[in-house]
Amino acid sequence: MSAVDEVVTEAPAVEAVPKRAMTLGYGTSLVMLALFLIVPLLVKNFIVFQLTMLLIYGLAVLALNILTGGSGQFSLGQSAFYAVGAYTSAILMEHAGVNYALTLPIAGVICFAFGFLFGQPALRLSGVYLALATFALATAMPQLLKLGYFEHWTGGVQGLVVTKPDAPFGLPMSQDMWLYYFTLAVTIAIYIFSVNLLRSRSGRAFMAIRDNEIAASAMGVDVALYKTLAFGVSAGITGVAGGLGAIAVQFVAPDSYTITLAISLFLGMVVGGVGWLPGSIVGSAFIIFVPNIAEGISKGLSGAVFGVLLFLVIFLVPHGARQVAIVAQQLVGKLKKN
Amino acid sequence: MHSRSRKALPIKKIDTFNQTKEVQMPAIHWRFGAVSAALAIAALTSSGALAQKKYDTGATDTEIKIGNIMPYSGPASAYGVIGKTEQAYFNKINAEGGINGRKITFISYDDGYSPPKTVEQARKLVESDEVLFIFNPLGTPPNSAIQKYMNSKKVPQLFVATGATKWNDPKEFPWTMGWQPNYQSETQIYAKYILKNKPDARIAVLYQNDDYGKDYLKGLKDGLGAKAASMIVMEESYEVSEPTIDSHIVKLKSTGADVFMNITTPKFAAQAIKKNAEIEWKPLHFLNNVSASIGSVIMPAGFAASQDIISSAYLKDTSDPQWKNDAGMKAFDEFLTKYFPEGNRVDASVMYGYTVAQGLVHVLKACGDDLTRENVMKQAASIKDLELGGLLPGIKVNTSATDFAPISQVQLERFTGKSWVLFGEILNGDVGG
Repeated sequence: MSAVDEVVTEAPAVEAVPKRAMTLGYGTSLVMLALFLIVPLLVKNFIVFQLTMLLIYGLAVLALNILTGGSGQFSLGQSAFYAVGAYTSAILMEHAGVNYALTLPIAGVICFAFGFLFGQPALRLSGVYLALATFALATAMPQLLKLGYFEHWTGGVQGLVVTKPDAPFGLPMSQDMWLYYFTLAVTIAIYIFSVNLLRSRSGRAFMAIRDNEIAASAMGVDVALYKTLAFGVSAGITGVAGGLGAIAVQFVAPDSYTITLAISLFLGMVVGGVGWLPGSIVGSAFIIFVPNIAEGISKGLSGAVFGVLLFLVIFLVPHGARQVAIVAQQLVGKLKKN
Repeated sequence: MHSRSRKALPIKKIDTFNQTKEVQMPAIHWRFGAVSAALAIAALTSSGALAQKKYDTGATDTEIKIGNIMPYSGPASAYGVIGKTEQAYFNKINAEGGINGRKITFISYDDGYSPPKTVEQARKLVESDEVLFIFNPLGTPPNSAIQKYMNSKKVPQLFVATGATKWNDPKEFPWTMGWQPNYQSETQIYAKYILKNKPDARIAVLYQNDDYGKDYLKGLKDGLGAKAASMIVMEESYEVSEPTIDSHIVKLKSTGADVFMNITTPKFAAQAIKKNAEIEWKPLHFLNNVSASIGSVIMPAGFAASQDIISSAYLKDTSDPQWKNDAGMKAFDEFLTKYFPEGNRVDASVMYGYTVAQGLVHVLKACGDDLTRENVMKQAASIKDLELGGLLPGIKVNTSATDFAPISQVQLERFTGKSWVLFGEILNGDVGG
């Protein structure tokens, strides 16, 4: 009895977001796509690299968004999945000579399996307890990667250097440019997949679980299956992002995938708006660019400045970029009427 | 007007150089037009008048732009003080008129010791801030992450702040150069000492479970050679995150070892020395140079417990009374009071940053008016018997086209009374990368 009471009285961990509100309209999507296609042609290679990282972290935040915004489960362990994906790609490329593009689906599948398996014991946990369990995963990962048994493949603490791919078919493009468009293509594919996933039967099941687990199971949703499935999908996408990250950065090492990364991704999700998929890119921009801005303001106190900026964002727009987007939409609506 | 355009020209000319690799970019790239225009102008004016002064991106008649990457935040933030010391030292150089009339602009970014961030910052320095080279970036993983990039861009990655052995590899990576003696050569020196003075030693090793600890351990094993397996009775590792290493010490004592190889960072080194005294384990104690600081290790552990510990050094210990009246130390103190009053004198990183900045100034002076990336590497690779105020007497900086390990000499020292007493000859421990 008490269990039911708890669930009923407890405020839902994640606010219910209607599925239409999770995506952008066609017009806006096309404008965004055009921007992503054109901007790299006009800027320096360094900015192209930053944009590539923006897309990659965007993917990782998107993955977390599916898990938290979609199925209502928390995770502070995304860095672990990201690391597994990165190492899978790096090891396949450097030791097995596999083509970089082929390593991504493999990284995705391995991470899906890893996430699905991790989701099994995690089923018994919810809310903060689940967050703590995943937190443990994130702290353990860098040490696991250092283990002597795997050192032959992982390069141990020294990490692995990855070769950056050239543009294929003799396309007249720099490596950075090619990698950007490659990443963009992967990102778009995964974004479309995610949007459709959330609109499908499975997506509805995720959201039903998020809104009320008991009601969902009463409707015949296999709660256990869909919860672990959400973990798997999220881990799989994160793994692909990790693989892309390894190729873009050209280096994997345990120190790249510490708990800080997991927290950054979590932060990106909150800033972008929980449950709003396009917000993932905004959140990713926040975690990439705001630390640089903070450092520009004060070198010694960069952490503190970052904290203040983050606080301002949470205080002023608690629902993140989604809130900004809604306000903007209303403004545009008013202008149209006038 | 005329002189102005002259000043600006060489930079553009070099810009075209850097672009040559990327000529195959799409035609829409707007810089392409500017580049070909610059090419045309450069071709027209590259006459004798400009032959004397040669510049690459990042250097002009009035300025030398230097990039740097430090962990000002994150797990290794204690080392951030190195970057601050370097900044202070370049302020001093600028206040005194700069190098051959050129002021140093030192751009230092934070990477939080996270390799992906290091790559981003390195690219920002090279492609956006357009520095002449990157100087003294800190940490083995961060430097490994940018090594390939720096070498493909042909931008010097000069005097990297890590003791790993792999930086001395001019054949494979002609644009990367180390600075301090590497970890492996240090334990090799201890191994030689043990083989000579205590050939039947039973060695217990305690090391930090990361690249630094493992590098030291490898040096020890290589140094002992075939006898390593029989002499080392236990290898015990600890994680940086452990609050105390007391239990490891007890375990090591139980092996009955008579030599203790202490490969730990300062906090743990102090704990180890203290625990040794507590449980009355008195082996021949070797302490790695990383933790040989009197101020941050020996004093907290206690002088009585630290007697007869053997270590090695290449820098003067600022907290050691024997250097009180030393000319180099006096200059260091003057620098601290005038340009870096907030610096902690006892912190070994301050002396480190001071010395490596002096080394760089030497290289830049040697470059004269030829401030190209190639010449910077050339001059850095032709340092002969350079003595710096912070180095122990007799230790000299030497490099050549095949030796990219500037400081490879150390001297053994034994802790006696209240200071280190140097003994034996200056030892050379070059290990190729």
